[in-house]
Amino acid sequence: MEQVLGNISLLFEFPVVNLKIIVDGVMVGALFALAAYGLALVWGVMNVKNLAQGDFVIAGGYVSWWLAGKGMPPLFGVPIAFIVLWGIGWVIYKLVITRVIERDLFTSLLATFGLAIMIAQILNLLFGSDTQSIQLEYDTLYFFDGFVDIPIAKLLGVLMAAVLATCVVIFMKTSRMGQAIRATAQDARAARVLGIDTEKVYAFTFSLNAAICGAAGAIIVMVWVIQPFYGIAYSIRAFVIVTAAGLGNLPGVISAGLGIGALEQYGAHIFGIGYQQAVAVLLLLLVLLVRLIQQRRMRQSLQ
Amino acid sequence: MNARQITLYTVLLAATLVAPFLFPDFRTQLATLWLMIIVALTWDMTGGQMGYNSLGNIFFYGTGMYVAAVIAIGLVYDVGEYTDAAGGGRFDFTDAQYFTGMLLGTIGAGIFCSMTAVVIGYLTFGLRGPYFAIGTLGVAIAAGELVSNWDWVGGGQGIALPVYPGDFDVGKLVFYYLFAGIGVVLFVFLKWLYSTRFGAAINAIRDDEAKAEAMGLHTLRYKLTTWAMAAFFVGMVGAISAFQLIHFEPLESAYQTINLGIFMVVCVLLGGKGTLWGPIVGAVLFHVFKEVTWNYLLGWQWVALGALIVITVVYFQDGLMGWLMHRKPEWFGIRVEEKTAGADR
Repeated sequence: MEQVLGNISLLFEFPVVNLKIIVDGVMVGALFALAAYGLALVWGVMNVKNLAQGDFVIAGGYVSWWLAGKGMPPLFGVPIAFIVLWGIGWVIYKLVITRVIERDLFTSLLATFGLAIMIAQILNLLFGSDTQSIQLEYDTLYFFDGFVDIPIAKLLGVLMAAVLATCVVIFMKTSRMGQAIRATAQDARAARVLGIDTEKVYAFTFSLNAAICGAAGAIIVMVWVIQPFYGIAYSIRAFVIVTAAGLGNLPGVISAGLGIGALEQYGAHIFGIGYQQAVAVLLLLLVLLVRLIQQRRMRQSLQ
Repeated sequence: MNARQITLYTVLLAATLVAPFLFPDFRTQLATLWLMIIVALTWDMTGGQMGYNSLGNIFFYGTGMYVAAVIAIGLVYDVGEYTDAAGGGRFDFTDAQYFTGMLLGTIGAGIFCSMTAVVIGYLTFGLRGPYFAIGTLGVAIAAGELVSNWDWVGGGQGIALPVYPGDFDVGKLVFYYLFAGIGVVLFVFLKWLYSTRFGAAINAIRDDEAKAEAMGLHTLRYKLTTWAMAAFFVGMVGAISAFQLIHFEPLESAYQTINLGIFMVVCVLLGGKGTLWGPIVGAVLFHVFKEVTWNYLLGWQWVALGALIVITVVYFQDGLMGWLMHRKPEWFGIRVEEKTAGADR
C-alpha cells in the first residue's frame, strides 16, 4: 500500500514522469488499435468475434522474426507478414469461419478460441517458448534531461502502424471492394440482392483482418518481444477497445486504443509490473459494466 | 422409473464403486474423469439448460482451491507465515487436523463460491450471449492475475498443502470416492431439479428470456440461484482437487482458463448440451481422447485438442445426444407425428 501511494505521489512530484508514461502508452496503444481495428471489421461485417486475433499478431511477428534470422532486412518483414497472414487467414476462413458465420455467436467465439490454442501451440512447437525480438540498430532520442526516452525503432513502428491504418481506411473508403464490405456490414441480405458476392466479401474481410494483425505483429517484434503464448494478451485488449469504442467507429477505436495503452502503463507504474495484465482485464470488465448500466437505463441488455 | 432403468442405474453405480479396484493403476485418472463429469454437468446447468454460456466457471474451481487451502491451514497455523516459509519451515498436521481441514475447507469452499456466484452473477447477468462469455472469462483471468500477485496466499508460487496422512494408495482411493460421491449426488440432484418447475423455468429463460419475464418469472432470481448451485459443486471439487494435487499455483492449476476452463465446455458440446446424459458421455469421450493424445502424440497433443474443439464446435455442435435424439427420437419419449412431419415438406 505504501508502495502504491509512493508511486502515485511520484507522479505529482515529477510531472515529466507522466509524460513518459503517456508516450510509452501511446506507442503501445497504436499497435493495440491496429489489432482492434481488424477485430471491429470482422465483428461488424460478419458478426464473428475472433478470439484468435492476438495469435494472428504473434504469428505475424514470428514470420518476420524467422525471415530476419535468415538475413532479410527487418523492415521488409512488415509487408511479407501482411501477405503470409493474408494467406493463412484465407485458409482459416475457408476451413472454419465460413461455417460459423450463420450460427449463434457463442459458436464463433468457441471455434476461434480453439483456433487460438492451435496457433499458439503450433508456434510453440515450431519456434520454442522463448521470447524473441529483432534488435534494430537505431539510436534513442532523449528529452527532458533523459527522463523521456524514445527509441527511434519504436517511433518507426508507430509510424508504420499509422501508415498501414491510413492505407486500410483509404481502401475501405474508395475502392469497390471497400464499398462492398461496408454494404455487407450494413445489410448482408440487401447486399446479396444487389449482386454482391457476400461469401467473397467475408473471405476478403477475414483475410484482411489476419493480414493487418500480421503486419502489427511484424512491427511488434521489432520494438518489443513476442512469445507463442502472448496472443491472448492482444486478444483481450482488442476486445476491450472494440467493446469500449463500438463497431464501425474508427476514431473511437484509435482513441480507445491509445487510451488503454496509457491507462495500462499507469496501472503498471502504480501497482507494479505484475499487475499489467490484470489491469487490462479489469478495464474490460469495467467497460462491460459501464455499457451494461447505460443499457439498463433504457431497459435493454447488452447482446 | 421402470425396471430397465433401475437395472441400468444399479449397474452404473456398481461400476462406479468397483472401478478403482478393477483398474488400480488408473485411480488418479478415474478421479479426474469424475472431476470432468462434475464440471461438465455444472457447466451445462447454465450453458445448456439456461442458455448462458459462461467461460468463467473455472473461477469457482480456482477459488474453491484457495478457500479450502486457506481454511485448512488457517485452522492450525497463521496463513501468512505458512506461505512465507514456502516449504522451508516445519509445519506438521496431525491426522485429525488434516481431515477436519479437508472437510471444513471443502464445505467452506462450496459456500464461499455460491456467494461469489451471486455477487458476480448480479453484475454480469445483464450481459447476453457472447458478452456474458467474454465477461465471465475476464473475471476468471483477472482473478488468476490478482491472486498470483497476492503474497498472503503464496503469490505466483502457489500453496503447498500437507500430504495425505497414511498410505499413498489409500489416499488415491479416498480422493476417487470423494469425487465419485459428489458426482453421484450432483447427478441425482440434477435429475430431480430438471423435472421440477424450476427446471422448466430455466429452460424458459434459455428459449426466450423476454417472454419468460413477461410470464411473470423473476428471471434474475432464477439465474442467480442456478449459478450459485453450480458454483457450490464446482467450488467443492476445486477444494478436493487442491488436496489431491498437494501443490498448486494460480495460473496453471487453479485458474487454468485454457485447460479445464475450456475443456468443460467442449465436454458438454461433445456430448450434447441441454441434456442430462450429454455432459457425462462427453466428459468420458473427451477424457479418453485427451489421455490417448497425451500419451501418443508427443508435443502435438495441444494442437490435436485445439482441432477437436474446432471440429466439435463447427461440425458436430448438437453433440452425441443431440444426434441420437435426432435419429432415434422414440428413445427419448419424443413422439413424431408422421402426418405433421409430412406436412412440413
